[in-house]
Amino acid sequence: MSAGLNPIAFVTRTRRQGRIDITDVLSWVWLIGGTLAVLIPVVWAGLSSLKPAAEITRFPPTFLPRAAVQQTVPGYEAPLSLWKVTIDGQQREMAMVRRIGLKAQMVDPKQPGPPVSVDVRDMSAVQRLTVATENYSDPLTRFDFLTFLKNSVFVTFVATLLTLIVNALAAFALSKYRFRGEKAIFVLIISTLMIPLTVVMVPAYLVVVGVGLVDNLWGIIIPTVASPTGVFLLRQYMLTIPDELIEAARVDAASEFRIFWRIILPLTAPALAVLAIFSVLWRWNDFLWPLIVLSSRDNFTLQVGLNAFQGEFSVQWHYILAMTFLSLLPVTLVFLFLQKYITTGIAGTGMK
Amino acid sequence: MGNLKLENVSKAFGALTVLHDINLAIEDGKFVVFVGPSGCGKSTLLRIIAGLEDISAGGIEIGGRDVVQLSPAERKIAMVFQSYALYPHMSVRKNLAFGLENLRFKRSEIDARIMEAARMLAIEPYLDRKPRQLSGGQRQRVAIGRAIVRNPDIFLFDEPLSNLDAALRVQTRAEITRLHREIKTTMIYVTHDQVEAMTMADQIVVLNGGRIEQVGSPLELFDNPRNLFVAGFLGSPRMNMLKGKVAAIGEAGVTIDAGFGSPLTAEIDPASTKMGQAVLAGVRPAHFTLADKGLPFIAQYYESLGTETYVYGTLEGQTEQIIIHRTGHFAPGTGERLFITPAAGRMHVFDPETGLALPRAVEQRSVAHEHA
Repeated sequence: MSAGLNPIAFVTRTRRQGRIDITDVLSWVWLIGGTLAVLIPVVWAGLSSLKPAAEITRFPPTFLPRAAVQQTVPGYEAPLSLWKVTIDGQQREMAMVRRIGLKAQMVDPKQPGPPVSVDVRDMSAVQRLTVATENYSDPLTRFDFLTFLKNSVFVTFVATLLTLIVNALAAFALSKYRFRGEKAIFVLIISTLMIPLTVVMVPAYLVVVGVGLVDNLWGIIIPTVASPTGVFLLRQYMLTIPDELIEAARVDAASEFRIFWRIILPLTAPALAVLAIFSVLWRWNDFLWPLIVLSSRDNFTLQVGLNAFQGEFSVQWHYILAMTFLSLLPVTLVFLFLQKYITTGIAGTGMK
Repeated sequence: MGNLKLENVSKAFGALTVLHDINLAIEDGKFVVFVGPSGCGKSTLLRIIAGLEDISAGGIEIGGRDVVQLSPAERKIAMVFQSYALYPHMSVRKNLAFGLENLRFKRSEIDARIMEAARMLAIEPYLDRKPRQLSGGQRQRVAIGRAIVRNPDIFLFDEPLSNLDAALRVQTRAEITRLHREIKTTMIYVTHDQVEAMTMADQIVVLNGGRIEQVGSPLELFDNPRNLFVAGFLGSPRMNMLKGKVAAIGEAGVTIDAGFGSPLTAEIDPASTKMGQAVLAGVRPAHFTLADKGLPFIAQYYESLGTETYVYGTLEGQTEQIIIHRTGHFAPGTGERLFITPAAGRMHVFDPETGLALPRAVEQRSVAHEHA
């Protein structure tokens, strides 16, 4: 089908040529609806993170970040907000000095004279598109957000690296060596998948206390490194690597570690990439375990740090949204770079 | 040095014994082919020599060194695998270099050896390609190249031609033989294809059921198979077997009565048999000649290959298939009766109980050799 090469023909093709079938309508509705359902919350969070604090909770909600315009008027110390006012059938922009009940006192910002009294029903706020960059700059400069970011990056990077190495070593042993109890060990590892974190949280915490890693970043790295999902994923992939390659390497005088490092690891790259993405997502989004282990502000990760904006009496949504949006970026980047491995990892090896 | 000695080697996987008491000596520089039906243990024996499998009992010496405890690399062997087992993520050059890097060779020495092997195998244009960008034949050469650069004492080949198409197989067969002539290193080659065995080997080792049936040069095995298995395995189409009895024992040989009133004369040692013993007379298809009288052969169908024709049929009134060979064109009608008689000195006689060949009379053996 040469038509498949033409993007317009590809997008506009229908189930039956020349007419629109119910399935075409349904699939378009489904695709557009699905895209919006996924995209709108992210876009809304992104745009809202640029709004001033007061605008986020405004009703009815706005989509674009807008803010009331303020202007300094000679004779008044504080900047005054601008309003559109209808006086005697004429539209004018005036600055509000004060508001009393249903009346507001206005001055003309260009020719400040004595204030005029205006009915509030005849006025509307002047708004302009504004970007509240302080939502980003404040947490990064005034509150230790860079520290949180640094901690999160460190934990995610180190934990992912260790996860890959440790799980690949276990998977190599379980897939390529024959030894007594090999099956039993594998089943044991897999069965731990069924134990949720909440069950082992208290004993795991006691262990972390015992080895003195409380309020230490290593205390949240080390317990997460060995993952049954990782061992399973990598083992199944390594089983597809032919044993003859390993034998050839042995004949080629390679040590067992060199076989692992030079032959097995490169050939497991697609599965490693999948595990790396998972691990980055898990570690980056991890909240409960860091919250339990970490206690001093210097050691907080981003997710725990975000929680600090949620006070008992007020929630600083503008900071939370800004920092949430910021924390999405690294994961998105990792995903962009590794996504081709996910498809190849799922599509199988194609090795011959 | 590339001489190999196996002493009473046995191998068992659990309760299953796959190799029984193998004894074999291979001289330096020989091209030896292990041949046998699938499951005969030939690949296992090769992997034992390589050090990829442990042995259950016995001893292995390479170049006079006991190598039983040594790793494959320490044995100074190189192996070409059936699937080639090229490292798919490395370029051809890296594939060739990997073994040398592991042995901590100098960079300049590695490059020199790679260039020499590449020149010898004509793979220079592909050195920077990945294995998946090569054809089957090219991969095969790279696999051989990876063995050559190591400069081993013994080359081991595990059915290396089985993944190639027929034309390429014939060509590669000739190239491996030429390579052996050039580098004069001991080569051990496993195959189930008797044509490869016959055309390439200095020495053939026929294996069956985990035992060595016979060791010898291709023509020795062809002319003097030690038992029914070797007689049936080597040669295509297979050897015909006629049931008979020893009817007379004379100075020059033994007369066998296979029925039809036409006694057959076999030049075997008269002392090895006795009157009335039941025997099997083996005659290869090419060693039957047409005659005016002899064994009555009823033709059923024939296969013409142009330069030669095989006729399939039975002896009159019998059911066992008999195959005869004629050079050139030959077209017998279905059911046509021909008289056939074995060529002089070309008949093998076996004891059906032990399966062993009865020894030939000494002077006849040397004559048979000259004919060969």
